Amino acid sequence: MNIVVFIKQTFDTEAKIVLDANGQIDANGVNLIINPYDEYAIEEGIRLKEKFGGEVTVVTMGGARAQEAIRTALAMGIDKGVLISDPALENTDECAKAEILAKAISQIPYDVILVGRIAIDDGASQIAVRLAEALKIPSVSSVLKLEVAGTQATATREIDGGTELIEVSFPAVITAQKGLNDPRYPSVAGIMKAKKKPLQTLTLADLGLNAGDLSLKMNVDKYTLPNARQGGRKIAGDAAQAANELARLLREEAKVL
Amino acid sequence: MAKGIWIIVEQRNLQIRKVSLELLSQGRKIADQTGEPLVAVVLGQGIDGLAQTLAEGGADKVILVDDAKLADYTTGAYTSVLNKLISKDEPTAVLMGNTAVGKDLAPRLAQRLGVGLASDCTGMEIDATNFLSFKRPIYAGKAFAHLSSNVRPILATIRPNTFAVEAPVAGRQAEVSKEAAEIDASDLVAILKEVAIAASKRPELTEANVIVSGGRGMKGPENYNILEDLADVIGAAVGASRAAVDSGWKEHKFQVGQTGKTVAPTLYIACGISGAIQHLAGMGSSKFIVAINKDPEANIFNVADYGIVGDLFEVVPLLTEEFKKLVNE
Ligand SMILES: Cc1cc2nc3c(=O)[nH]c(=O)nc-3n(C[C@H](O)[C@H](O)[C@H](O)COP(=O)(O)OP(=O)(O)OC[C@H]3O[C@@H](n4cnc5c(N)ncnc54)[C@H](O)[C@@H]3O)c2cc1C
Ligand SMILES: Nc1ncnc2c1ncn2[C@@H]1O[C@H](COP(=O)(O)O)[C@@H](O)[C@H]1O
Repeated sequence: MNIVVFIKQTFDTEAKIVLDANGQIDANGVNLIINPYDEYAIEEGIRLKEKFGGEVTVVTMGGARAQEAIRTALAMGIDKGVLISDPALENTDECAKAEILAKAISQIPYDVILVGRIAIDDGASQIAVRLAEALKIPSVSSVLKLEVAGTQATATREIDGGTELIEVSFPAVITAQKGLNDPRYPSVAGIMKAKKKPLQTLTLADLGLNAGDLSLKMNVDKYTLPNARQGGRKIAGDAAQAANELARLLREEAKVL
Repeated sequence: MAKGIWIIVEQRNLQIRKVSLELLSQGRKIADQTGEPLVAVVLGQGIDGLAQTLAEGGADKVILVDDAKLADYTTGAYTSVLNKLISKDEPTAVLMGNTAVGKDLAPRLAQRLGVGLASDCTGMEIDATNFLSFKRPIYAGKAFAHLSSNVRPILATIRPNTFAVEAPVAGRQAEVSKEAAEIDASDLVAILKEVAIAASKRPELTEANVIVSGGRGMKGPENYNILEDLADVIGAAVGASRAAVDSGWKEHKFQVGQTGKTVAPTLYIACGISGAIQHLAGMGSSKFIVAINKDPEANIFNVADYGIVGDLFEVVPLLTEEFKKLVNE
């Protein structure tokens, strides 16, 4: 089975967000991690390979630092990595990104594509489904359980207030939700092996694209930061007095009850 | 020529979801300003009866696509139908809720139409070109991106609870048009076998007006009943921190935070939750935050409008009694 996992390197969840002099999100000094949902995608890819044989490739699009994310995935047990890196990627929207990823994957054989449910940085939750559409294949979003038999898969996906059971044939895109599995940690042996695994870097030109081909549909006009929330008052008194006062404030001041 | 603002209305078992009514109310205001018609589009089976509600909710026109194949949401069939309708009528904007359906449908539709999508927006305004621009939280609410597009239509999914539902205008009329479902066979490749909706008398977390949430301070799964008692008095949903979910006390679908649900209720009551940055990311845009925590230094107090320093096992049942008194007044 040929398995491709798309991962994104994102800011650590602890990261403080500041804007630089140009009003852009400042990545200086920020710790980078593999997008948490992509870890479930990686784990699922490795498990499919363990069960059915074949090869698992991770693909990521990002700056030079994204190599670290690939190395971590290789240390977990992925076979090889592809980094798409190009200065022209700085200003792309989801539509262009999906097209670039679709182009990249046209050079790799695939039966199943595993992707995270959402990237926790820009949180668009678009790339996976757009990619599937660009490839003209089905996708199942927010998958909690995946069962594969030959070229057929049955996926349990989360919906608001419940689940759905969906049957698809491969090739298909599956987006991973927490609960799909428990991602493994890279072992020491895995980290050693990862150093020798192939990691290919591609530019847009290598994909037969140039920056002019990327037609942008969305403009980011600006970034802003939220107003810091003001901590309010602590209600004095013993528990009974405080509960009584809180109920009064919620009704009379906040007018929410 | 104004081609219209479309709201893709989500219904489940012929119940219109609250977020769709929110969009209809807000869409009405925008349509009045830009002078465009507001169009509500519903897909499903046996949906005729919904048209009047949508008219009274603000729609100038209602498009119904009634077909057995649309009874439940499937990516392929819904995309196929909407792609054709949008390509034919060329609305300027297409809005839907950022729900499980919206998150799956909007990107697929946007890619097929070759247009942009602003996802999970919490703001929408008319810009200098008399067109919509959108505000969306990024980095889990630690920043906002302000987006616009030169391509029509612009698609957007809007976070539930962002806009208020206005009172319906009784007797308001809309033009109702019925369209046939044209579904491409190639779009029926993923087959929906089963839908399992958990029976719950409580509202869905992302739609709830009030959420009562418990963290590690709950000490164990058996203690959530005191939160449930409180929730039942005021019709609230019950949520949890990741610490509570990781301890196995609550399922992940109840987790609020950066790697759980993002919620924006009118009132969020955090019980035994310290207020880690990843938790605040999921609930920081709540209108009012109440914290009950025995540690006066807990970070949650830095964002709470009202805080009680105390033992939640003592405070919560007292609060339930106080709320009962208010509700019964
Ligand atoms: C990648 C990543 C993603 C994450 N995503 C999320 C997420 O989505 N959501 C999330 O919530 N967390 C998330 N976290 C975890 C987060 O960092 C915190 O560990 C977690 O939120 C802590 O949960 P808590 O507040 O319930 O527990 P604690 O931090 O242990 O706090 C428990 C609180 O309960 C109080 N308490 C104890 N007993 C009582 C009592 N009897 N009465 C009153 N108060 C009491 C204590 O004073 C304390 O403040 C994430 C972490 C990482 C690294
Ligand atoms: N730059 C990227 N490179 C590779 N995969 C990506 C990239 N951006 C997003 N993805 C994948 O798409 C998923 C959803 O991302 P998003 O649509 O940005 O929320 C992520 O979890 C990744 O699996």
